[in-house]
Amino acid sequence: MDFGFSEDQDAIREAAGRLLDENATLVGAHLLLNENPDGFDGDLWSKLAEGGWLGIGIPEEYGGSGMGAVELAVLAEEIGRTLACIPFAQAMYLVAPAVVQHGSDAQKSALLPAIASGKKIVTAALSENGGIAPGVITAKVSGGLIQGVKSPVPDGGNADVALVAALDDTGQPGLYLVDLTGPGVEREALDATDRTRPMARLTFDGAPADALTGANGAAIKKLVDGAAILVAFEQIGLAGRALAVSSDYAKERKAFGRPIGGFQAIKHRLADMFAKIELARSNAFFGAWALASDDARLAEAAACARLTALDACQYAGEETIQIHGGIGITWIADPHLFVRRGWHLKALLGPAAIWRERLIQALPEGNS
Amino acid sequence: MDFNDTSAEADFRAKVRAWLDDNATLRDGSKTTQDTFMAHNPDQVVQAGKWQKQKADAGWAGITWPKEYGGMGGTPMQQVVWNQEEGRYRVPPFAHLVGVALVGPTLMVHGTEKQKADILPGLLAGDGIWCQLFSEPAAGSDLAGVRTRAKRDGDTWEITGQKVWTSGAHYSQHGLLLARTNPDVPKHKGMTMFIVDMNDPAIEARPITQISGAESFNEVFIDGLKVSDANRVGEVDGGWRVALTTLMNERLTLSVGRAVGGAKTEELIDLAKRVQLNGRPAIEDGEVRARIADFTARQRGLEFTSYRIMTSLSRGQEPGVEGSIGKLLLGRLRQEMSGFALELMGSSAAIADTSDAESLRWRNEYMTAPGNRVSGGADEIQRNIIAERILGMPVDIRVDKDVPFRDL
Ligand SMILES: Cc1cc2nc3c(=O)[nH]c(=O)nc-3n(C[C@H](O)[C@H](O)[C@H](O)COP(=O)(O)OP(=O)(O)OC[C@H]3O[C@@H](n4cnc5c(N)ncnc54)[C@H](O)[C@@H]3O)c2cc1C
Repeated sequence: MDFGFSEDQDAIREAAGRLLDENATLVGAHLLLNENPDGFDGDLWSKLAEGGWLGIGIPEEYGGSGMGAVELAVLAEEIGRTLACIPFAQAMYLVAPAVVQHGSDAQKSALLPAIASGKKIVTAALSENGGIAPGVITAKVSGGLIQGVKSPVPDGGNADVALVAALDDTGQPGLYLVDLTGPGVEREALDATDRTRPMARLTFDGAPADALTGANGAAIKKLVDGAAILVAFEQIGLAGRALAVSSDYAKERKAFGRPIGGFQAIKHRLADMFAKIELARSNAFFGAWALASDDARLAEAAACARLTALDACQYAGEETIQIHGGIGITWIADPHLFVRRGWHLKALLGPAAIWRERLIQALPEGNS
Repeated sequence: MDFNDTSAEADFRAKVRAWLDDNATLRDGSKTTQDTFMAHNPDQVVQAGKWQKQKADAGWAGITWPKEYGGMGGTPMQQVVWNQEEGRYRVPPFAHLVGVALVGPTLMVHGTEKQKADILPGLLAGDGIWCQLFSEPAAGSDLAGVRTRAKRDGDTWEITGQKVWTSGAHYSQHGLLLARTNPDVPKHKGMTMFIVDMNDPAIEARPITQISGAESFNEVFIDGLKVSDANRVGEVDGGWRVALTTLMNERLTLSVGRAVGGAKTEELIDLAKRVQLNGRPAIEDGEVRARIADFTARQRGLEFTSYRIMTSLSRGQEPGVEGSIGKLLLGRLRQEMSGFALELMGSSAAIADTSDAESLRWRNEYMTAPGNRVSGGADEIQRNIIAERILGMPVDIRVDKDVPFRDL
């Protein structure tokens, strides 16, 4: 038993962290919050591609470095910590694993090398009507053509390809690859809560949909579980950064003759943030291992990681605003960046309520 | 990262299991809870001593202890394996915790060679139960306020004063006692640590009834107790350093050993299946499911946190940031969970039905959980520790820091 990272994994954290620290700053995030014409930080994306970081979860034969879920988790935390504004999560936590696990050779060759090299932006369109697949799906595929609406879709406005959840003729859920630049696709930009991560509505009216064989309801659920674990690492990174920013401010800002961090009402809240983050981290560690080793407790691990990460992230974001006082309420200050990214990561895979139910159902005792 | 046993750990687990199978009885599957220690039941103390001795004879009592002190010289992970396995059996409560987990490690760091050789092996073998005589009426969170006075006369010390909240003092044979030896210097600098004989007539322990109805802690009166200087631990006036070692081990024990202690969420599910709420089994109620799910996620997080601590120890590192949160989160979780269980019982929560072990159990859990939030450093003190030592916040204002103790 070993519940820590290896030296190689620590080295990945350090190298990725350095690259991200140099290229993804909070100032940069503010700029993209105000104006985001390309939809993401293109410079950073190219640098990550050049450094091979986009292929970390993709097998070597398809242009990646074929590392495991734990390595991907290490990178995810760094991305969350630096608030990197890139179309990473959907591509790496959902699309790539779906294609690796269920794609044909042709589908893999067409897509995976392009993801690893950063040439193609891909996204996953799993949300509809406020719900998420496989629980909520109304889009339909018939005769290889898809009809339906998916919204909100992260990076839906500029992605080249989307992995779309839809029902087949018999009403069974499945996953399909759809070329968003082709016919039968309409995209509409939405007002994203986190404008550094733009959202779109995709309307499909007879667009060609290329099925991933075997990606049934259970497979979709498993993919979403895996994604929840990796997103939990982003949330932990994000909440940890909020705590760091709050701690720095609490040491600097003075009131009544001393730093506000000397007052227990502030310092105890910082300690609570810390405890929530570390609790989530412990669950996320178990999740990363369960994902990497395809353990039978994956569903339970994912729900535990997700629930504690959601809690840590929301608490850290909200208290970061409070600890900053008036400046925390301003657009130009950093605190709302954490809150906005927090809601983005929450909405991506659905709120705590659905994960609580998933957890109860995943427990052996919970299946009454 | 690997949550599976290595092959060596699997072998070790098999050996542990085989021994436990031969020497103890498995628990009833869903009832994973440790029996709570009702100290007014002297039989439990006897059983605990027997079990400790049995473990020591077979070599399991001090898995991570060095061999020279009767330990196994094993790894922290082997300790995790042992704890997991022992937790599956009906065994007496761990009455020897203070000795094995607090006093032992303290003596290993601060004891003389003779103290280590004389005391440590017997301590593991359950030769006596130890208690921790630190807190006093005027010294709890602010432990450096101890007033119990030790005065030196040649090679003998004479100790007089009062301790309080001393767990197990009424059935302990030995105690580790923190006393004031120099009131002319600031409070942290004038204390010394001693080993005392609890059977000495100069010590009187009076059990205090707790909110759970149990009597597990005491007030302890010490009147002219003579202690040889050979039983001093650490330097004269250096008691604070010794106490810090004990307290660090206490925090760690309360984070690791008991992180999986208390009631399990599986038991809560079990309860929710049996009781009715709004005309249907409570387990079908959305709010009930949601609460249990949140408790489960927190409980799993604490379990994995304790494994992270053990990993740090295995790698020869000080337990890092993860070492401080278990103690803070566990008491609150136990309190909320048991409170929710009582709520599920509806109007039955107002009574404890002696024919229904369940109702007694949850009430007992609810009435013992608050102690978890106070003992070993209250929640507020844990938050200060995290904020000041880990996050670097300015320390609280301490008006008495540089003032000689006698002028406070
Ligand atoms: C079940 C149980 C078993 C125990 N067993 C032992 C034992 O075996 N041996 C032993 O020596 N002691 C033992 N104790 C004592 C325990 O260590 C103390 O109770 C604890 O340290 C708190 O001290 P106190 O009771 O004096 O409370 P106080 O220190 O008076 O605290 C009262 C309240 O004030 C808060 N407070 C105090 N200082 C601060 C501060 N600086 N900032 C914010 N809030 C503050 C506390 O958090 C608490 O909520 C035990 C206690 C319990 C409950």
